[in-house]
Amino acid sequence: MVFKDRVSLEAKVAELKKSMPKRKVLVCGGLGCLAKGAQRVFDLLVERLETEKLSWTVEKIEETPHHPVKTGCMGLCEAGPLVMIEPQGILYLRVKPEDVEEIIEETLKKGVIVERLVYQEEKNGRKELWPLMKDVPFYRKQVKVVLRNCGSIDPESLDEYLSRDGYLALAKVITEMSPDDVIGEITKSGLRGRGGGGFPTGRKWQFARVVKADKKYIICNGDEGDPGAFMDRSVMEGDPHSVVEGMAIAGYAIGAQEGYIYVRAEYPLAVRRLKKAIEEARAAGLLGQNILGTSFSFDIIIREGAGAFVCGEETALIASIEGKRGMPNPRPPYPANRGLWGKPTVINNVETLANVPAIILRGAEWFRSFGTLTSPGTKTFALAGKVKNTGLVEVPMGITIRELVFDIGGGIQNDRAFKAVQVGGPSGGCLTEKHLDLPIDYDSLCGAGAIMGSGGLIVLDEDTCIVEVARFFMNFTQNESCGKCVPCREGTKHMLNLLQKVVDGKASMEDVELLEKTAVVVKDASLCGLGKTAPNPVLTTLRYFRDEYVDHVLHRVCPAHVCQAMKEYFIDPEKCRSCGKCARVCPVSCISGRPKVPYVIDQNQCIKCGSCFEACPFDAIVISWRRKNHE
Amino acid sequence: MEGVSQEVALGRSFEKVNAILKKHAYNPSNLVGILQEVQEEYRYLPEEILTYIATALGVSPAYVYGVATFYAQFSLKPKGKNIIRVCDGTACHVKGSSAVLKYVREYLGLREGEETTPDLLFTVETVACIGACALAPAMMVNDDVYGLLDEEKVKEILERYEEGREGADGV
Repeated sequence: MVFKDRVSLEAKVAELKKSMPKRKVLVCGGLGCLAKGAQRVFDLLVERLETEKLSWTVEKIEETPHHPVKTGCMGLCEAGPLVMIEPQGILYLRVKPEDVEEIIEETLKKGVIVERLVYQEEKNGRKELWPLMKDVPFYRKQVKVVLRNCGSIDPESLDEYLSRDGYLALAKVITEMSPDDVIGEITKSGLRGRGGGGFPTGRKWQFARVVKADKKYIICNGDEGDPGAFMDRSVMEGDPHSVVEGMAIAGYAIGAQEGYIYVRAEYPLAVRRLKKAIEEARAAGLLGQNILGTSFSFDIIIREGAGAFVCGEETALIASIEGKRGMPNPRPPYPANRGLWGKPTVINNVETLANVPAIILRGAEWFRSFGTLTSPGTKTFALAGKVKNTGLVEVPMGITIRELVFDIGGGIQNDRAFKAVQVGGPSGGCLTEKHLDLPIDYDSLCGAGAIMGSGGLIVLDEDTCIVEVARFFMNFTQNESCGKCVPCREGTKHMLNLLQKVVDGKASMEDVELLEKTAVVVKDASLCGLGKTAPNPVLTTLRYFRDEYVDHVLHRVCPAHVCQAMKEYFIDPEKCRSCGKCARVCPVSCISGRPKVPYVIDQNQCIKCGSCFEACPFDAIVISWRRKNHE
Repeated sequence: MEGVSQEVALGRSFEKVNAILKKHAYNPSNLVGILQEVQEEYRYLPEEILTYIATALGVSPAYVYGVATFYAQFSLKPKGKNIIRVCDGTACHVKGSSAVLKYVREYLGLREGEETTPDLLFTVETVACIGACALAPAMMVNDDVYGLLDEEKVKEILERYEEGREGADGV
């Protein structure tokens, strides 16, 4: 149906709220669960419920059978596929097709919990079960604002979004608020850009609002390029309408009639779901000409990125939408003054926009009740790496890293020791054990040398080499540097070379000093955010893990046993039969020996290729990691 | 012989390129989208087609070439039927993505520097992150994501694609 005015929309929302089935079986359709076979579980549930329906209507006429819904990401990707039973809120983990029968027979029919599928923890030898989602430690401390619908509605259904007060915020805005009221409310809420920079969203809108122009644009930045971040993908896949609604509200506030969503091409599912959401919204009169009978018109176009990290930067993103090489331009002029095709443009991150409808509906005060004074609201994080409960989380700002890693994340995998947490991706930094009680907000993280970034949070354990991680990020930024400005193009290259030397055990302490100096220059002199933040991983690791650099350089030791150059190959004289196979395969001919005398590897020439290790028929080649007191 | 078949192929492709150009209203600001669709059609961007697009859009071939070489998604060399993207994001990296890449390359028998198998069945790339960090180490084959990989799983997945049983549903 097409909504002609606010009243008809509100009537439909009220009706949907009543008619939506209360008894539901929700199967997580997030990428993680799908890859673990959630589709088969879902199909089987649909099929079985379909057959059950017949017998049920015969026997129990009043009971409506559970309604299966495939949702967006529920968060606890580690334990997927996830299945939730409404209205009780029972959460089942690692559900296999074989389990479907039991779930139907026990839980759906009798209301009995299937214990083996429930979240459990062993404490002091006693098993503790947490059958309800809200009690599971992973969810207990979470507050869902951005992810309010993610994991609980079918993202491909407009009706489901509407039943969660969908598009009511847009209706309210265009019928009873002036653009200034909207900007005022967003400013009052203290919402800051969730893409990483943390610039106040209200002020950004205000800048674009006051510029006079015949056309203005809203761009939703869905170019989530940080390795290790998947929050925006989850929102776009799990609740695409919230992004669409947020964009329309932003469009109304600044006076734009057109919006672009720039999505990574690596996210085909997000692209598909957004397209569907836009089409459905258009068909319902919630996008397009004269929305809800008002004079406000707004439409959205999707642009797929083509694989360039730098396009996450505002000006580069604009160049990319214009069909050019995605290279940044110096600011000012800021996009708010001269952006897409020279017109005033506001670029907001996916998560920022998904916050907007909730703020409009529930008010700035409500929003400020979460988080801290300077960073109100919540933040989504992609919790990954060596942590037990990997997945998508949303927590109030100001929560400590300890709570996030240990309470929600469940601690380190295989009970290894915590070493560091990498926040903010290639632009962020590594924080250590002593930062565990640091509250997570824009300013605290900045003070510690990291940044909020878009919210990737990778936990590192003692088996991770910090220097190698720094090299990994530098390799990434060096690859992604667009080459426009010299400090970034050349600086990242030199930094990478220096880091490679450290990892290869060929660096001197002067190299480390030079690395530090270069890092400062790149940070100060680069044109755009990519270059300005690229040295952060190096600078923070040098600051907090200097010992490890020293170990690599002075002692040629990798404490985490990762850097191959710090390995040594020996021939066990007891086992060696002097067959000479190792000497024949050695590419640098550094193994010598003669018949009846055990062979020997010349450590100075060995390139640690491992060929001899594989060639030896007697397992006589021993690998050992250098230790500090080795020499 | 090869030259002839290429010509035939190109003759056909110009028709399709024309359709794509028309769909995008010959608008240079849609260049990225145009190249994406052309690549989807031919699995790479043939040089002749780039020049053709430049003329059709009224921009210089250098401009089109510049855009085509800027973005990681575009390839000027023929790509395989199945694109394998091994994720080398942070989470995958610390959980052993380099080993996964090694398994894939070994399985396909690729030599150093090679990305595509001679039979044009597979192309191997690394990507910075596919956002499946909870499944690390992960990879994508075309649009399907596979996670928690080890040598055996990689072998099993690639075998399925070799036999043409595509779109298999995950782990």
